[in-house]
Amino acid sequence: MLVFTISRIANAIMVMLAVAMLAFVIFRLAGDPVELMVNEQMTQEDRDNIRERLGLNDGTATQFVRFVTNAARGDFGISYRNGQDVLTLIGERFPATLELVLVATLISLVVGLPLGVLTAIKRGRWYTESLQFLSIIGVSLPSFVVGILLILVFSVVLGIAPSFGRGEVIQIGWWSTGLLTPSGRAALILPAVALSLYQITLIMRLVRAEMLEVLRSDFVKFARARGIPRWRIYFRHALRNCLMPVVTMTAMNVGSLIAFALITETVFQWPGMGMLFIQAVTFLDIPVMAAYLCIISFIFVALNTLVDITYAVIDPRLRNAR
Amino acid sequence: MLRKLTLAAIVAAGFSTPGLAETLKWGSSRDIYSLDPYSYGDSYTLSFLNHVYEGLVRYDANLEIEPALATSWETVSDTVWRFHLREGVKFHNGADFTADDVIASLTRVSDPVSPLRGNLPAYKGAKKVDDHTVDIELVGPYPLLLNDLTNIHVFDLTWLTDNKSLKPTDVGAKVEGYATYNANGTGAFKVESRVPDSKTVLVKNPGWWDASKSNIDRIEFTPITSAATRVAALLSGEINFTENAPSQDLPRLVAQPDLKVMERTDLRTIMVGFNRKPKLANGADNKFNDLRVRQAFAHALDSELVQKRIMRGKSRTAGAIIAPEIPGYVEALDSVLPFDPDLSKKLLAEAGASDLPFTLVCTNDAYVNEEELCQGLVNMLTRAGFKPQLDIAPAAAQTPKRAGGLADVYLIGWANEPMLDSYSILLQMIKTKTDKAGVFNWGGWTYPEIDKLIEQASTEMDRTKRLELQTKALQMAKDDLIMLPLHQQPMAWVMSNKIDGITQLADNKPRHWLTHFAQ
Repeated sequence: MLVFTISRIANAIMVMLAVAMLAFVIFRLAGDPVELMVNEQMTQEDRDNIRERLGLNDGTATQFVRFVTNAARGDFGISYRNGQDVLTLIGERFPATLELVLVATLISLVVGLPLGVLTAIKRGRWYTESLQFLSIIGVSLPSFVVGILLILVFSVVLGIAPSFGRGEVIQIGWWSTGLLTPSGRAALILPAVALSLYQITLIMRLVRAEMLEVLRSDFVKFARARGIPRWRIYFRHALRNCLMPVVTMTAMNVGSLIAFALITETVFQWPGMGMLFIQAVTFLDIPVMAAYLCIISFIFVALNTLVDITYAVIDPRLRNAR
Repeated sequence: MLRKLTLAAIVAAGFSTPGLAETLKWGSSRDIYSLDPYSYGDSYTLSFLNHVYEGLVRYDANLEIEPALATSWETVSDTVWRFHLREGVKFHNGADFTADDVIASLTRVSDPVSPLRGNLPAYKGAKKVDDHTVDIELVGPYPLLLNDLTNIHVFDLTWLTDNKSLKPTDVGAKVEGYATYNANGTGAFKVESRVPDSKTVLVKNPGWWDASKSNIDRIEFTPITSAATRVAALLSGEINFTENAPSQDLPRLVAQPDLKVMERTDLRTIMVGFNRKPKLANGADNKFNDLRVRQAFAHALDSELVQKRIMRGKSRTAGAIIAPEIPGYVEALDSVLPFDPDLSKKLLAEAGASDLPFTLVCTNDAYVNEEELCQGLVNMLTRAGFKPQLDIAPAAAQTPKRAGGLADVYLIGWANEPMLDSYSILLQMIKTKTDKAGVFNWGGWTYPEIDKLIEQASTEMDRTKRLELQTKALQMAKDDLIMLPLHQQPMAWVMSNKIDGITQLADNKPRHWLTHFAQ
């Protein structure tokens, strides 16, 4: 077990180094941040000086090694664009993204689970079929379209939710939360719904497929024969047996929601990590881009490693598998 | 009816108090980078921070220079200027404004690590004469010092010292600066709070030295990067001012009864530049060195079609590489070569360059309707006997290509900011590329005669004579088609129609100390 854990963690470190290396090769091709940093009136001499001082004239390998040694010490440098410490900057934005993602996940579970059960037990009815059809639209609509539609309906026409921003936030230590103020909660609804739409359809379809499987099994037939009330069979016995894959998928998807929230964040001007990254890309803010990619890959790798190790704990057969 | 009346009474009671608090909810397409004007060479950040910080001089409503923190000035010798400072001015923290503050600020902006030192190119040093008099020494005779000083914001020396911010923030040294998060200027507004990418709140500075024309008590500045969201926020009243409304939504915004739209063209001139090295990046002989090829290029473009279709009738077709508001402009510079594709073909044949293949390097995030513009250019050029290929990508990716001389033909915009003088474009774009000049001479051309005129202008203290020299240089650049100007870009501000006084100048900078709400 110990060997397994160590090899998993070593694997994870290799993946992160590879991501960082790839990132640096891409930065090399992306362009020159100095031209975006200085004023039009700056002379060539001064431009060259800045490039030299930022170490941009060194080779990719040198820059990469310097980045990794500094990053290992927790030093990601300061942003070219804002002049702020990169870790503080990301730390400030992380709560916004995490709150958005967690609320979106919650919505997708609360809505997706019952819908999945419903479409499974009432298979073939007109309303479940139309739900199935709607879910295809949910999967195929790009998230910025969903976002703008929501803004149009709920902010412009009905005027009941703000179209941008995070509302009032309350600072608890280094964590800023919008959940404790009315304007913060109002601001959270639209982006969370926009982000959860894809998840809802995913969970609904997964639950439906699993339910159909379980409903055919012997123990359900037996339960029916015993005369147990229907709702009890569906929600207590059948649904429980479907939950394992749903929980696994939801947990794994938290990582990708954090990474892909950036489109929703841009549409709603949500001050999270995704928006920080988009802006860093436009301005070639290399320290921020590098740190963001490392942190996101860390979240992914950590979640995956955790799932792997948990599975190994549950199922001893996996421990020796390669 | 009764209910309406009661409501009216309540409203009247609520609104009748004099000096009613007006909040400007300003939605912008991007955030400012920092509260420190010397942290990043960015005109937009500077113009926003001008609400908080001020320079010794500033531009008035005609873009002429007027006194601000300095009340008058004179030249002591060719290289020394003396400034008399305004007395009784206080910083937001209550400190008095004196000569020491000016010197500290000049030292800070011209520090070797300051990304803004290019804005004060001729500066050598400054000396205190008395508490309210400063001598600024320059490296040589230099006529544009006042223009440069409009954008050099003044800090409080004690505040800088106390907060260890005498030097500008240096991203290379990886140390954060206090002034990045905090501000202490003399301007019409104080910073109340700032959360980057969310909101920056300014409140009125009641002790401002100037008589304020504005009745705004509070400015809530919010960046909204997505254009569709910005429009939605205007429609729902969540913001009541933006200086960046997307052109495709303007008809819809004009139709709104509670909004008004202000449009005009700004100072930025979009133009085409040509590679002028002996060989192109792909090794072929460079045909663009032949004037006839450049003329053929100009005759291939239907400027009327560009203005009507691509720019939706909002741009101003340009024959000069500077806007009419920029000193140095004369009408003779503004003639446009006629659209004549047959002539283009003929000229190309004469130059032995028929079916000339080349790459047009464009950006997609820098100028108005750029993608359509570049597509349009490619179509027109193809019809006139060229064989263009389009290379379009974000500015961050295209700049190394263009600056490295690898682009055959490229698009560039120039507003002559912050100097607002044609010397800016002559020095940075037309002059031969050296360590000190021609940073944007991406084609690598050399015109010794034009260089000589620019050098003469750089030390000519008589404004009329200097502008004559610059106009002559611009004319020579035009005759040889170094750059081919296309148009001045449109700009559109949209605001609540409760705003009854606002100053919109060609430099596209909001000056909200002049903005007034109807009572």
